[in-house]
Formats: sequence, structure tokens, C-alpha cells
Amino acid sequence: MTQVRDTRYMQGNEAIAEGAFAAGARFFAGYPITPSSEIAEICSRRLLELGGVYMQMEDEIASMGAIIGASFAGVKAFTATSGPGFSLMQENIGLAIMTEMPCVIVNIQRSGPSTGLATKPAQADVMQARWGTHGDHAIIALCPTSVQDCYDLTITAFDYAERFRSPVVLLADEIVGHMRERVVLGAPTAQAATRRKPYDGEPGKYMPYLAGDDGVPSFAPPGLADLGRANSSMHDETGFANNTPDNATRVIRRLYDKVYRAAGEICLTREYMTGDCDVAVVSFGATARAARAAAMAAREEGIKAGCLTIVTMWPFPDVAVTRVCGRAKAIVVPEMNLGQVAGEVRRVSCGPRIVGVNKVNGEGIRPVEILEAIRGTLS
Amino acid sequence: MTESKAPRGANRAYKRFLLQRALPHFWCPGCGNGVVLGAIVRALASLGLSPSQVVVVTGIGCWGKADDYLNVNALHGTHGRALPLATGVKVNRPDLTVLALMGDGDCATIGGNHLLHSARRNIGVKAIVVNNLNYGMTGGQYSSTTPGDKITSTSPFGDPERGLDIAGVAAVAGANYVARSTVYHAAQTETYIKEAITAPGFGLVEVLSTCPTYFGRLNSMRTAVESMNWLKSAAVTAKAAGGMSPDDLRERIVIGRFCSRTDPDFNQRYEEIRQRARDRGFRTREVVSGR
Ligand SMILES: Cc1ncc(C[n+]2csc(CCOP(=O)(O)OP(=O)(O)O)c2C)c(N)n1
Ligand code: SF4
Repeated sequence: MTQVRDTRYMQGNEAIAEGAFAAGARFFAGYPITPSSEIAEICSRRLLELGGVYMQMEDEIASMGAIIGASFAGVKAFTATSGPGFSLMQENIGLAIMTEMPCVIVNIQRSGPSTGLATKPAQADVMQARWGTHGDHAIIALCPTSVQDCYDLTITAFDYAERFRSPVVLLADEIVGHMRERVVLGAPTAQAATRRKPYDGEPGKYMPYLAGDDGVPSFAPPGLADLGRANSSMHDETGFANNTPDNATRVIRRLYDKVYRAAGEICLTREYMTGDCDVAVVSFGATARAARAAAMAAREEGIKAGCLTIVTMWPFPDVAVTRVCGRAKAIVVPEMNLGQVAGEVRRVSCGPRIVGVNKVNGEGIRPVEILEAIRGTLS
Repeated sequence: MTESKAPRGANRAYKRFLLQRALPHFWCPGCGNGVVLGAIVRALASLGLSPSQVVVVTGIGCWGKADDYLNVNALHGTHGRALPLATGVKVNRPDLTVLALMGDGDCATIGGNHLLHSARRNIGVKAIVVNNLNYGMTGGQYSSTTPGDKITSTSPFGDPERGLDIAGVAAVAGANYVARSTVYHAAQTETYIKEAITAPGFGLVEVLSTCPTYFGRLNSMRTAVESMNWLKSAAVTAKAAGGMSPDDLRERIVIGRFCSRTDPDFNQRYEEIRQRARDRGFRTREVVSGR
């Protein structure tokens, strides 16, 4: 299939919606919340055109439930929300993990706790994305830094969701969601519209949770001769309850390992002037743009600064962070929270000094603030 | 069981829907859940459905374990969320029969908001609610349907709250089909389930049931038989109830069909909207079955 490329000027939220459609998503269920509402609005119109369905649910709990039901029915589905809504979704995100239902949850982060500085940007749901739902589990989360990323990473999110039969969080922030930039859209590929792991075994022999070597079971939507089964409770390969200690260990470990064993492929990062850097700036989302500007300004002052942009937040890119930070004398971690990512950086790179640039006042971090921190590491 | 005496044909077809190997079930002796399970499998069989055409979505609770015994597509979800899950299935696969099996706690207490909106939306899901007037699974605490003053493990001297009329709420909120029966009225329960499945839009069948282990024992019905007798004697048909005073009705259970409408369901209305968009010049694609 030839790629028809189409360049447009659009908003991050719009690019996310278009990315989802390009990935084959045909069902959206959500509950409006700023700064994610544009995604719902675009879906209400575009899904009519695309032969899909937009549903405005009674709350985020229902929205998350409905996309799991849609995924069980064999459809690519997603929802979009912001902090408080993401909190409401958590129990059912656990359900998607346990039942292995591919789906995408877009969280356009805003300030908190609670209603907080409603609609103002923040990057404070890093840990909520990782540990918001109870129990030991793995999760995949991606952080766009630009409108182009919003489009591309949404497609990647659906790709990972299908490949690992797992919910995937697109962890954006208000700045990225609301900024407007030029985006190159690719034509949806035929593959993007189909499921990654359709059951193609012998009819009548389907076992909903029988995993292949990659730890991922194949998928048979209802309506086929083989019955689909999904179970929130501890279950074995058949999908029926099995509460033995051995089975529980096997299932929880498999759900964890299917993601963590592939971390090398899932973990996306970008490096900028890191080859010889004395000071490494580790950042994500909109902040990564300020970090690049700061690193460039530092270089002009003769300070060897470089940037590591975290694109895949979860699983945390331990390898890349260790490698880049291992070379540096100091690490600066700017983030619009009080140090959620800095804690992870500290976990994997115990050597150099780690300086946080933290802002929780509803304003973005400016390059000069990061530059000052870079300078400060030398004194 | 008297199945050997039953006539051949339809009456045995229910076996296709029952997972014999999963039996015996985990419910207590005298629990009403088995009666409702029987009514469901007989209803499915007599409608001539095949297991692959049926999706059962359950929440969490004693009744929420019903999917373990059913040979159909099954999605066992979180407590109170069976209706949104079922909504996601039904919207995308209108060709399938989607049943949401919920306890009273599941459907009307923690999931009360979803009940309201599923009925209002008239989504073509069929809710089969087993109302045992308490939370069986967690040890007999009071539910939103526990009648005022009844004793439960969290209302040792009586429930200060008043009970909710599930069927009444569903009917008022806009469900196309609403009926109530009890596990004593097994044949009627089966009829109502069949009617709910064949009616378009949201259908709800509430079945008053026995929980001898908790509700019965704490409310001077020491045996399952006493609970059954209570359901039998408290039941009054909707028709008869029409002529009774609120005082007379206080301790009674009104059974019957409360509404049976043919309003378009959500999927039908969504396609009407899609057509409207097309008429206004929107280029809309045909819906691919199963998308
Ligand atoms: C979010 C959440 N809260 C509480 C529970 C605990 N819980 C499990 S079943 C149940 C009540 C079940 O009552 P009901 O729905 O009436 O079903 P029954 O057991 O009586 O059939 C509760 C409170 C849970 N599983 N999830
Ligand atoms: S506790 Fe009550 S509802 Fe649960 S199985 Fe026992 S009798 Fe039935």
C-alpha cells in the first residue's frame, strides 16, 4: 500500500484523535474533561464518518468499562480524560490488565490534587499511570513531546496494546494537547486496522488465556464457534477461575513478564548532544522542549549539556537512563511535579548528583529555569 | 431432577448452555441463584439461540459467579460495572444477545448510576438482576434494596435506609422492557427473561431471591423453605396491587410486567443520526459488521 502523506496544521488533541483513527480505532467512550475534551468532540463527528461509534458515558468508570467491552467484542477502542477522570478509571484499568483487553487511555494531564488548578498543565500523573490500579502489574505509558508525537505515538500506543494485549496509557500534558503545530499524517495501513493476535488455531480448541512464547494469548472475539472468555478474577488458560497459589503466581508473573521481557523494544527515548555531555537533562513531554533549548544555550556558554527525552515512561527506560547518566557528572530532571521521575532516575543511576527543577504552579517550565539548574550543577 | 420425564426436544436443549463439568455450583443450599440460572438457560434454549450468539457479562457477587456455569461467551468484570462493559459489547456487536447478570448491590447500589443511564440510553442489553435484599458475597451487609428496618450484618438493629425499587427505577428511566418476579415463580421468571431478550432496547428482569445463609437467617426465616414461603405469600400481582393502599403494599412484593415498549434502542438511534449526517452531506462510511 502506497503511503499517502498529508501535511496539516493541527492541535495535539486533534492529532491524537486522528492517530487513533489511523490505527484503526472505531470506538470511543468518554466523559468530557478539560483539557482533553477536544478529543471527544472530534470523535463524535469523525466516528460517524468512519463507521465507528462515539459514546458519551455517565462517568469515566463507565467509559473505561465500555472500551473494555468493545475490545472484548473485537473492536479497537480508546478513551480520553484528564487527572480526576484518570483516577476514576483505575479499577477498570486493572480489569483491562487482568483480562488482557487491548485499549488506549489518553490522559491529558492537568494540575491536582483533586480539581486543583483545573485545566492548568502538570505532569504529575506519572506514578498514577504506573501504580494507580491496585495489585502487582505492568503498564505501558508513552509521553508525546510534540503534535507530531501525539499522532505517531497514538498509533504506537494501539500497536503496543494489540501486541501485548494490554491497556496502554498515552500520558500527554495540557501543553502538548493544546499546542498547534505542523503534522505529517500517514495513510492508515491495512495492518493497523486489524488485530495483532487473532486466533488462528484449530476451531473448537481455543483457550482464551493460553499464551505463546511471548507471553501473549491470542484473541477470538465473540460470535465465532469458539467462545470468548474474559475474567477479572484469577483464572487459568481456560478463562475459568483458578485460585491455586501456583496458578496465581504463574498468571501474575506472565502479565508482568510479557511487558518487561520486551522492555528493550518498548522503551523509546531520544538523545540530543549526549555523546560528550557533562550535564544530562532527563525530561519528558512538553518539558523536553524547554530542556533542549536550555541544553543548547548551555553549550553556547561552554557547558557540555545534553538531553535524554523519555518517550516511553513505563516500563521506565532503565537502560538508556543508566547509559546516558553514567557518562554525566550531574543530572538535571525538570518536571511539572515534585520529583516523580527524578525518583526513578535516582533508582537507576546512583552515581552523579541529581538536581530537580520542579514546578507545580500551573505554569510550564521555561528554558531559562533549566539553564540555571544546569549552571548550578557546576558550582 | 425430573429431566428423564421431560419431553424431548426444546426442554433438553438448555443443556447446551450449562457447563455440566463446572457443577456442583458454589452457591449455598437453598440459594435462589440456581433457580434463576435454570430460567436463563431454558429461556436461551427455547429462543433457539446458540452459545456463540450469547455474551454474558457479570459483575462481582454470589450471582456474579453465574458465568462460571454458562457455556456462552463470558466477560466477568468488576463490581458494579457489568452494564458499561455490556454496553461496549452490545454497541459494537448488536447481532449478539448480551445479558448482564447482577446482584442488587452490583446493579442498583454501586452500579446505580449505570442502571439509570443504561435504561435512559435504551441500550439493547438485558439485565437480569437477582435481588436477595443484601450483599451475599461479603457476608450479608445491607444493600440499597434492603427494606427499611430489616436486620443485616451491618444493620444489627434494623436498616435506617429505605429500600430501592429497582424495576420501578428502570421503568421510569426509560427501559423498554421491565418485569419483576421471584424465584418462587420460576416459570414466570423464564417467560419474562424470554420477553426481555426478544424486546428491543434495554430490558430488565428483577428476580426477588432467597439468601438463606444471611438475609433469611437474620430475618426469622431459618430455612430456605421459609424464605420461599415468604416470597410466595408476599408476592402480589401488579394488577392486584393497583387496588391496594400504600400501607397494604408496604410488606408486599409487586410482581408482573411493568412496561413493554418498542422505542428505538441506542444502536438504532445512532444509525438514524448517521443517516442524518449523510443527508447533510457528510461522507459517512458503511458500518462494517463487527468493525
Ligand atoms: C469496588 C468494590 N467494592 C467492594 C467489593 C466487595 N464486594 C464484592 S461482592 C459485593 C456485594 C455483592 O452483593 P450483590 O451484588 O447484591 O450480590 P450477591 O452476592 O448478593 O449475589 C461487594 C460489596 C468489590 N469487589 N469491589
Ligand atoms: S450467601 Fe446468600 S446469595 Fe450467596 S450463595 Fe449463599 S445463599 Fe446465595
